[in-house]
Amino acid sequence: MVDLIVFLVLLSLGYLVGRHAEKKHYRSIIERETRLNALPAMAMRSPPMKEYYSQALVTGNVVISVDYFKRFLAALRNLFGGRVTSYESLLDRARREALLRMKAQAEALGAKMVFNVKYETASISKGRRQTIGSVEVLAYGTALIDTRRQ
Amino acid sequence: MLITNLEMVPGRRVLEHLGLVQGSSVRAKHVGRDIMAGLKNIFGGELKGYTELLQESREEAMDRMQSQAEAVGANAVLNVRFSTSSVAQGAAEIYVYGTAVRLE
Repeated sequence: MVDLIVFLVLLSLGYLVGRHAEKKHYRSIIERETRLNALPAMAMRSPPMKEYYSQALVTGNVVISVDYFKRFLAALRNLFGGRVTSYESLLDRARREALLRMKAQAEALGAKMVFNVKYETASISKGRRQTIGSVEVLAYGTALIDTRRQ
Repeated sequence: MLITNLEMVPGRRVLEHLGLVQGSSVRAKHVGRDIMAGLKNIFGGELKGYTELLQESREEAMDRMQSQAEAVGANAVLNVRFSTSSVAQGAAEIYVYGTAVRLE
């Protein structure tokens, strides 16, 4: 009985707090994305061969965790199969956040664009009762800085 | 030392290729961070402690790669890649590698 109560409390806490946190995070992601749209990030490998560009490696990483409610949903989904939307949104948030952090670093350096952007994903707390739990996403690329203005 | 993940540097020629250089670092999280992470597993959200931990770890791996590149007489590392693997529960290995070159 006590176990059931604890479980329900955790479930509702996860649902309420997690949903609020996710909404807040998405709002902040969209706001920063519109602001940083002027700084394009490309997956192209060859930069414009202009001598006045200097370059620097920029990275952005984030470790993000799914809440209790969504993990429960994912466990249910495991029984029936199909799309696990709760993990899809987790990875979507992580990727966009990592890219934004990378762009913010490039912006601080005064970069014009970011080339050869790559993503790297790793699950951190693997093995704890076969749940994914949290993922790390790293986005990295080369920022091209126009040196003519200095 | 120029570190980039492009294969060329605009306006500069590669004089000499000096081979692959690499750096790695394995870090484990400490207990305090683990407890915070446990809470976050209920509420969801970013695990700031881990983000920082992995960032530091990555910087250390880059430092090691850089000193290796310096040892072979390079002044740039091109085409740098990152790779992460979880070795055991609670520890992650960060691996950085690239091509050491001498630019004009």
